[in-house]
Amino acid sequence: MEDEPHHCFSFLPTFLPLHILIYTPNPVLPEHSRTKSAAVFFHILTMIISRFLRRGILTSTSPTRRRSWWDHVTPALKDPINAVTDAFLADPCPYKINLGVGAYRDDKGKPVVLQRVREAEGKIGATNFLESTSTAISSKLVEESAKLIYREDSDVIKERRFIGIPALSGTSACCIFAEFQKRFYPDSTIYFPDPTWSSHRNIWGDAHVPGRTFHYYHPDSKGLNFVALIDDVKNAPDGSFFLLHPCAHNPTGVDPTDEQWREISSLFKVKNHFPFFDVAYQGFASGDVERDAQAIRIFLEDGHSIGCAQSFAKNLGLYGHRVGCLSILYNDKIQAVVIKSQLKQISNTMYGSPPIHSISLVSKILSNPNIKALWLKEVKVMATRIQIMRATLREALERLRSPLNWQHITNQVRMFCFSGLTPAEVDQLAKEFRIYMTHDGRISMAGVTTKNVDYVARAIHEVTASDRDTKILHNIGAYKVNTDICSTSLGTNKTRARGMNLAL
Amino acid sequence: MASTLLSLASATPSASLSFHEINKGKLNLGCINKEKPNPFIKAKSFGRVSMVVASNVSHFEGITMAPPDPILGVSEAFKADDHELKLNLGVGAYRTEELQPYVLDVVKKADKLLLEKGENLEYLPIEGLAAFNKVTAELLFGADNPVIKQQRVATVQGLSGTGSLRLAAALIERYFPGAKVLISSPTWGNHKNIFNDARVPWSEYRYYDPKTVGLDFEGMIADIKAAPEGSFILLHGCAHNPTGIDPTPEQWGVIADVIQEKNHIPFFDIAYQGFASGSLDTDAASVRMFVARGMEVIAAQSYSKNLGLYAERIGAINVVCSSPEAAARVKSQLKRIARPMYSNPPVHGARIVANIVGDSALFKEWNAEMEMMAGRIKNVRHKLFDSLSSKDKSGKDWSFVLKQIGMFSFTGLNKAQCDNMTNKWHVYMTKDGRISLAGLSLAKCEYLADAIIDSYHNVS
Repeated sequence: MEDEPHHCFSFLPTFLPLHILIYTPNPVLPEHSRTKSAAVFFHILTMIISRFLRRGILTSTSPTRRRSWWDHVTPALKDPINAVTDAFLADPCPYKINLGVGAYRDDKGKPVVLQRVREAEGKIGATNFLESTSTAISSKLVEESAKLIYREDSDVIKERRFIGIPALSGTSACCIFAEFQKRFYPDSTIYFPDPTWSSHRNIWGDAHVPGRTFHYYHPDSKGLNFVALIDDVKNAPDGSFFLLHPCAHNPTGVDPTDEQWREISSLFKVKNHFPFFDVAYQGFASGDVERDAQAIRIFLEDGHSIGCAQSFAKNLGLYGHRVGCLSILYNDKIQAVVIKSQLKQISNTMYGSPPIHSISLVSKILSNPNIKALWLKEVKVMATRIQIMRATLREALERLRSPLNWQHITNQVRMFCFSGLTPAEVDQLAKEFRIYMTHDGRISMAGVTTKNVDYVARAIHEVTASDRDTKILHNIGAYKVNTDICSTSLGTNKTRARGMNLAL
Repeated sequence: MASTLLSLASATPSASLSFHEINKGKLNLGCINKEKPNPFIKAKSFGRVSMVVASNVSHFEGITMAPPDPILGVSEAFKADDHELKLNLGVGAYRTEELQPYVLDVVKKADKLLLEKGENLEYLPIEGLAAFNKVTAELLFGADNPVIKQQRVATVQGLSGTGSLRLAAALIERYFPGAKVLISSPTWGNHKNIFNDARVPWSEYRYYDPKTVGLDFEGMIADIKAAPEGSFILLHGCAHNPTGIDPTPEQWGVIADVIQEKNHIPFFDIAYQGFASGSLDTDAASVRMFVARGMEVIAAQSYSKNLGLYAERIGAINVVCSSPEAAARVKSQLKRIARPMYSNPPVHGARIVANIVGDSALFKEWNAEMEMMAGRIKNVRHKLFDSLSSKDKSGKDWSFVLKQIGMFSFTGLNKAQCDNMTNKWHVYMTKDGRISLAGLSLAKCEYLADAIIDSYHNVS
């Protein structure tokens, strides 16, 4: 690669828009235009000087800095959920609390490996996996997953009207479906509830399927905006694709009632929409796997042929093993073979198949009725602890005579709580109280324990009790503070990378 | 499983056609079109009120069958055959002399250690297990390599070779729109599928010369030179799949020259490090040579063969950049690509590899087992060559069997001759003339030699 002559002003086109961003007038302070121009001039001067300095340093101490193929690659935005974990990990404070990631913790705040999983792991060991047994194990996983979600005695199972492939947990099940949808409905869109899990947009976006939203969460009631939801479903073009959370909606924890699901289902029938369910929390919402699948059962009763992405990350605690299932219901047997061939083809170019270790674990646990029964008990324990924490947190806030209504903590379902906290309040919690959560105010209840619930309640009360109205005005300022916190506590990659771009 | 077979063995290239290509000109039942009536909705009128009622037609009526997998076909036919002398040379997985699958002792040990440790199953970061990423890059480039010391390598754990290639393909699609990938003719069947599905255009460079049953070096160089500047050249680091034909070190040097001259990016697929020659360092020589020249290189790794971890799906994608800042940015974008695909990679295989490579005793053991596996293949090659040379009186040069390296061998047999191998001799192989030596035992070499000689001379 040859060195291109550096032009010292070549960075200006990239730099100029940036300095405008930096110098956006603060809505609270009055404008000082002369000060602003002076600041801009000195900024440019600093850039020029530092550029020459940098060039001088580079040529004197390092080998010729070659142009890289990757110069035009910008740093990716940090994943919002992982960013919370990163900030938490970087914090040296001993009493920090992580209410970000949706992974279950016991009352000591420790991750849990289910007893059944440990036992199953012991049995699997490093077995000889012949290709043929691997196929058999995969089929078993699909069958057991389907039984779990569609119910063992349902027509769908009895008539084997499902086709499925093992997937790398829920994410990849959604991803494969998105690609499948794009392939056979290239002009279609997907409707997400507003809000939805942060990755959904990127999953369908990367498959080039545009995403739209339908009303879901009502910020005033902190419940379901059912009327607007029905309206949106009605107004969507016939035959649209919809992504639905059958239970424990992520991030709000707000679920429709059975009656509401019935109405949604019959409207879907009239409009001939395609329902795709993202099932990440079966068993985790109510503690009962059958109850949590009720929405799907309702749709099946109405004769819908649905699609389902199942994850075993939470309910089997197999987060790191990446195992789930994508299933699609069909009407005739020829279709089954065809659909399966296409799903396999899509997954073959992405990852081949999930690890056999993961598939075996799930297959072993679900296919043995005794082990499965014991597993269901463990799920209930986890779900119950979260229920208790919800109630405890709400009581604690009410005892502190918080002026706000915290009913939604126990109204919403289970792993997450959409607290209603503003981004500024979330930041304050992180900065002052070392409590970390995502900026949308989503609290992972799994991170709350009997030991820390009082502290969490006091902290939330503290940040919400002061005047909320003035805080909303300063939201723009608050967002700037956010990025600063991220840049400093997450390392200097972002700022360094920005510097790199400007040096081109 | 079928998908494991597919990912291991070469397939006759089956380009995946899009739905539109298949159905050009045909009525597209699937799409909702404002002009055409929606077949899913039948309007029924009840007097003055018309109601719309959904019919029972599936949303997926118009979906066609994906092309069948050629390797799977071979295995299935083999299973169905009950002839006592049948031989399956389609399989791309290592087999022992008794033709049984083999789990390495080090893997069993590492697995046991993991069980005893009882670690939790929390999510890995998007880029994978840090300990794994460290050892995998060191294994490929050498722990003392300046690129590692200067932190110029972006390493992300991937789902074996397939997943790692896919991440790189997505990166190319995003940041080099329109840039082509050049792949060898022939190559592993899934390469084309991966680039097709990632929407990256590709073309082929000449590689296999059927006349010499060797490398068409001039053709290869000419085609690489002719490619538009800034193309990605997909190279097999060692043990080319499916031919078994590798360039010599001198030829690698010339290839590197041409790539530098044309400002191309070398993209290595290393699926057999250690498995080809028995030595991890020797098999990484080609990649290391390119890196030593200061070139920016992409390299996809797989532990499917060399650690027998086919089913655990463990590999990595490495991008060697000219600066640590570039490497950090590239890594962040690889993560951005991976997150919507599967959020984060599986933990089990990564822990096994990290434990084995990170522990000096286990690492030594692994080297020994790998030498044993590669040694068995070499022995089988020798035996086959000896059998062919002694049995065939025509004077044909069978030395290509010895010159080729790795699990596979391109016999030079054409389709009709391959059919004869199967129909008459019950030897199952892919129709491009490829045999998998991993599926051959010393005991069966003579039988195979007879079959090859018969097919070559008596069938055209």
